[in-house]
Amino acid sequence: MTQRFPKDGRFGEFGGKYIPETLVPAIEELEENYLKIKNDSSFKKELNYYLTEYAGRPTPLYYAKNLTEKLGGAKIYLKREDLLHGGAHKINNTLGQALLAKRMKKRRIIAETGAGQHGVATAMACACLGLTSEVYMGYKDTIRQKLNVYRMNLLGSKVHPVKSGSQTLKDAINEAIRDWITNVKDTYYLLGSAVGPHPYPVMVRDFQSVIGKEIIQQMKKINKKTPDTVIACVGGGSNAIGTFYPLVDSDAEIIGVEAAGKGLKTEYHSATLSEGSKGVLHGMMTYLLQDKEGQIKETHSISAGLDYPGVGPEHAFLKDANRVIYRSATDKEVIDAFLLLTRTEGIIPALESSHAIAEAIKIAKSKPKSETIVITLSGRGDKDVEVVEEYVKNIKNSI
Amino acid sequence: MSKTSRIQSKFLELDSKNEKALIAYTMVGYPNEKDTLTVIRGLIKGGADIIELGFPFSDPLADGLVIQNASTVSLDRGTNLAQFFRLVKKIRQESDIPLVLMTYTNILYHQNYEKFFKEIRDAGIDGVITPDMTIEESKEYLRAARKHSVDTIFLVSPNTDRKRLEKIIKMTTGFLYLVAVYGTTGVQNKIQQYTIDALKTTKKAANHKIPVGIGFGISTPEDAKRFIQQGADAVIVGSALIKLVEKTAPAKLENAVVSFTKKLKNTTKRG
Ligand SMILES: Cc1ncc(COP(=O)(O)O)c(C=O)c1O
Repeated sequence: MTQRFPKDGRFGEFGGKYIPETLVPAIEELEENYLKIKNDSSFKKELNYYLTEYAGRPTPLYYAKNLTEKLGGAKIYLKREDLLHGGAHKINNTLGQALLAKRMKKRRIIAETGAGQHGVATAMACACLGLTSEVYMGYKDTIRQKLNVYRMNLLGSKVHPVKSGSQTLKDAINEAIRDWITNVKDTYYLLGSAVGPHPYPVMVRDFQSVIGKEIIQQMKKINKKTPDTVIACVGGGSNAIGTFYPLVDSDAEIIGVEAAGKGLKTEYHSATLSEGSKGVLHGMMTYLLQDKEGQIKETHSISAGLDYPGVGPEHAFLKDANRVIYRSATDKEVIDAFLLLTRTEGIIPALESSHAIAEAIKIAKSKPKSETIVITLSGRGDKDVEVVEEYVKNIKNSI
Repeated sequence: MSKTSRIQSKFLELDSKNEKALIAYTMVGYPNEKDTLTVIRGLIKGGADIIELGFPFSDPLADGLVIQNASTVSLDRGTNLAQFFRLVKKIRQESDIPLVLMTYTNILYHQNYEKFFKEIRDAGIDGVITPDMTIEESKEYLRAARKHSVDTIFLVSPNTDRKRLEKIIKMTTGFLYLVAVYGTTGVQNKIQQYTIDALKTTKKAANHKIPVGIGFGISTPEDAKRFIQQGADAVIVGSALIKLVEKTAPAKLENAVVSFTKKLKNTTKRG
């Protein structure tokens, strides 16, 4: 089931590299260098140092006792990626790639960001390692996640608001790719999710797999076995694949949760795996939300980090192989989950992560108390408090 | 391919006149359905040798601002494949000029390569340019294109190494498209030495087996002339034409396009 390093960059029929020819040498250079550092002990040691001393790994696997009792079913554990430096899992990947970029002698780093968490994590890794960074962010996202724009600026990163297309993550990726084509010789593109042309989906998965590996170790200590169920939210799919990949060959039930926005029956969602069809975008063959002629659709989610019409190719593969179940949560369910976790456990989750919590709320009761559910809490919700306040206010007003 | 394609014949014909080719790009549905045809008539009258029809895609990641904007306008006006086929039919009623479709992989893939290549061949399209299609991913794309005798025009870049260049040339029919700059379409710098070097390397690798066209950022007759002098078999002009369409009043459109195209075409005639 697992594909460690698919040579042609394919997970079944998904993945590949559909890119302008100018980027081919850059992608080949990246693949070659990634293969070199992947099993290099000095690289591993260096990355491990930064993950531990700078980012704060390992993160706790916290038993959410109050939430468990409230839901009255399986025991719920939270994998606390929200406690990492920067407030999300994104730093696992940015430290890895920034160290790689440094070894490749590329000093100019570019990135895209949706919620701004990847942009912040890029800016932090670059500040820490002495690299310069520029971040592309959809104009709409710069407004709804403006706290993160300030943070990136403070960290010394230049933020480019992107006004083309839907002005969200998809367009930020387009613009980052255009920059890369233009400055291909000295620029490293630090992609923030398990998407894009090969080798990005594999590389980002590997850097994020620390999440799943720690879950396995920690759960063994707590319960002497792997979790019965794991749940993670899926935008591009990096925190999810990092959680799932080490568990794919176990018998754990694995659930990815996409953004159902205002409902799967409406035009306002980002549930790519649930509702999409096969196609090619951002260098990869995967599931996409597209119209009947292959034009990419505008998406919607209350969480900027899940507002994306594509998904990582390995998720597409795991869906078709029936190994992972992909479900979705609506904006409303997400807000309810956000508020519930905040009040029962005193933990403010990111809206992205709240999708995973919403799924746990739906299924926990039906599972025996002897079972365990691990939710990857991919990030903290400070960036989202304004959006939540606004949403709650609007609901009150409409009643 | 057994039969000589329209594109091949065009290059042979130009060769016999000691001329090079002007390839003119325009966006389908821009500035609107009706005036797309006006622009194309202007290009033909002005002497363009091959026409590249850009079909808009929502996420044109190899394109700069000018063509991005034209794509957005075109899609907002409701451009679809039915309209594209209507346009090709109209052009074919008036002209035998070689027509090349330029769009992104997803448009072709979504229709199914086999079905789509058949449909465009039946409509009178002679070749395709797909800037995000790499040779590695092209097996089924090529099979369908060969089956329906549509030329596959691949792009090469100044940073493409010799070995890869040769592989790409093997899979290319019609002409080879050399991307002049590190950048998206429409980027205009002074002509760089690396571009001239790339043109020489590419021509050498092509070894007269396939014509080499150069494009991206060619905006003036002076640019075109320089590349022809340096050995290009074709110059490809896109964003500069779209810009002209953008700023010209509809009533003057055809004449403006004719006059600019003539100036470009003159540079491809050895004097
Ligand atoms: C906290 C958090 N979780 C999840 C995501 C979604 O990304 P991915 O699916 O790559 O984990 C984001 C993206 O911005 C995020 O900030």
